[in-house]
Amino acid sequence: MKTRRLFAHLAAWLFLAVLALCALAPGLLAPGDPLAIDPAAAFTPPNLTHLAGTDESGRDVLTRIVHGARPSLVIGLAATGLGMGLALILGTAAALAPRWLDGMLLRLLDALYAIPSLLMALLIIALTGPGVGPAIIAVGLSTAPGYARIVRTQIRTLKDSAMIEAATVLGRTGAQRTVHHLLPNALRPLLALVTLGIGQAVIWASALSFLGLGTAPPAPEWGAMLAAGRTYLHLAWWMSLFPGLAIVLVAAGATAIGRALGGKVRAL
Amino acid sequence: MKFLALVARRLGATLVVLWLVASAIFLAIRAVPGDPAEAIMGGPGSQASEQALAEARAAYGLDRPVLVQYAMFLGRLAVGDFGTSYSLKRPVAEVMGEVLPPTLLLASCALLTAWLLATIGGLLAVRATALGSALGSLAEIVAAALPHFWLGSVLIMLFSTALGWLPAVDTGTPAGMLLPVLTLALPLAGFLTQLLRDSLATALGSDFVLAARARGESKTSVFFRHALRHSMLPVLSLSGWAFASLLSGAVVVEAVFARPGLGRALLSAVLARDIPMVTGIALFSAAVYMLFMTLADAIASMLGGRVHAA
Repeated sequence: MKTRRLFAHLAAWLFLAVLALCALAPGLLAPGDPLAIDPAAAFTPPNLTHLAGTDESGRDVLTRIVHGARPSLVIGLAATGLGMGLALILGTAAALAPRWLDGMLLRLLDALYAIPSLLMALLIIALTGPGVGPAIIAVGLSTAPGYARIVRTQIRTLKDSAMIEAATVLGRTGAQRTVHHLLPNALRPLLALVTLGIGQAVIWASALSFLGLGTAPPAPEWGAMLAAGRTYLHLAWWMSLFPGLAIVLVAAGATAIGRALGGKVRAL
Repeated sequence: MKFLALVARRLGATLVVLWLVASAIFLAIRAVPGDPAEAIMGGPGSQASEQALAEARAAYGLDRPVLVQYAMFLGRLAVGDFGTSYSLKRPVAEVMGEVLPPTLLLASCALLTAWLLATIGGLLAVRATALGSALGSLAEIVAAALPHFWLGSVLIMLFSTALGWLPAVDTGTPAGMLLPVLTLALPLAGFLTQLLRDSLATALGSDFVLAARARGESKTSVFFRHALRHSMLPVLSLSGWAFASLLSGAVVVEAVFARPGLGRALLSAVLARDIPMVTGIALFSAAVYMLFMTLADAIASMLGGRVHAA
């Protein structure tokens, strides 16, 4: 069992390494131009030159998937960073604040949590208009309430721990205790959660692009590619199958790594 | 009655949460640059005349002081008036009444299917070998990672294009419902199975299961009467979240399968920047979420009581 688990972890990390390579240097894996059109080769099924086929303009689907890793991951990472950053501020504030303020912040978090994430993202986009920036803000804000509740619980548990008591006895100020002891110790368990969250954020970001509210075509982005592929679903299955596989692999890989980091699966 | 007190307290909390959601939306609308009157007149590209804009402002009360607008907004919400849709020029509540039933039907069927699949998955996991349980755990992770918009397309390609068994768009028949329901249910089933399996493992290793076995109850009876009932609690308490996530999923699934419903209405409202419509649907979803949380807690407290009595 133990070797199998080790193997699974290695596979997940290897996958993330490939993914990082796609995002940082897509030209190394797919030297072609993701935007180069070749109308004569439109709708070519997968073959040896086009491993994942071509789309309606003859663009190579595999090249576009490799180049699409960057926008998808950037949106996922930026959104999770934004959500976690907000959650740390709100969660820490709620945990350390006097009871009445904690109660108010908790009610506010409950209120934000009550709107399903995609709906909240849509609400924000209805206000700001579509685009990549709004998609990041939308996904980030919609994940913040869930994270903030967990941060608050973490910090509250730690606040009464012997470690903090010792720091107080040693004469550390409140700010020192928060920065040196509370936050680092609260962050460690959150790491697993963040990893899971990035996978979900990639899914949501591509969902927004799929609905025409995030990255606009013809930019290579997985959700936008799926939206284009849907029109030709009966004609060119490869246009829908492969970009979606990329999303599933990233999300499943993130989940596997999140679990490996010791996080329990919490549905957010 | 502890039970009634619990429900009353939760309903009170629901009202507070809804008020906060409404206020947050109101604030957000005012905080974002852009003139709502332009959205009413068909967006920034419509080049509506200054007079038409002024008339739209007056008609929707946008020329009043902000606090008056806020009071009017809350007052109307309190009597169930979500305002008039900018793009459809009809009362939001009326439109929602039309698009709600198909979405509720879809989400309820999906929730039941996901529960069923999760229970079967949990039962299988208990009896599985090491290899089977590793495969099962992989299947759960992959299922939970499936985006609705892709799963829908794959199911269409498989069952409609390749096999020709089921229609690709929703025809309003039970056969047409099958693919949308599966698309919504499979990822959720992945989540719920993970949860159920974890808590089944805890329950089967617990003292009350050992005690029941020691009393001479059969393995099957112990499993269904004690372990499974106990393990359903976390799954149940997640169902409020699950139903809300199904509403999110409905936005995508209804677009993929060309199915009318709340999600489609929301998407077109977002594209038209129809704020009253979006606000109405968001508030409604928040209310449904809170209602489900209350219900799930109530059921859990009843189930929990019996578990302790047993």
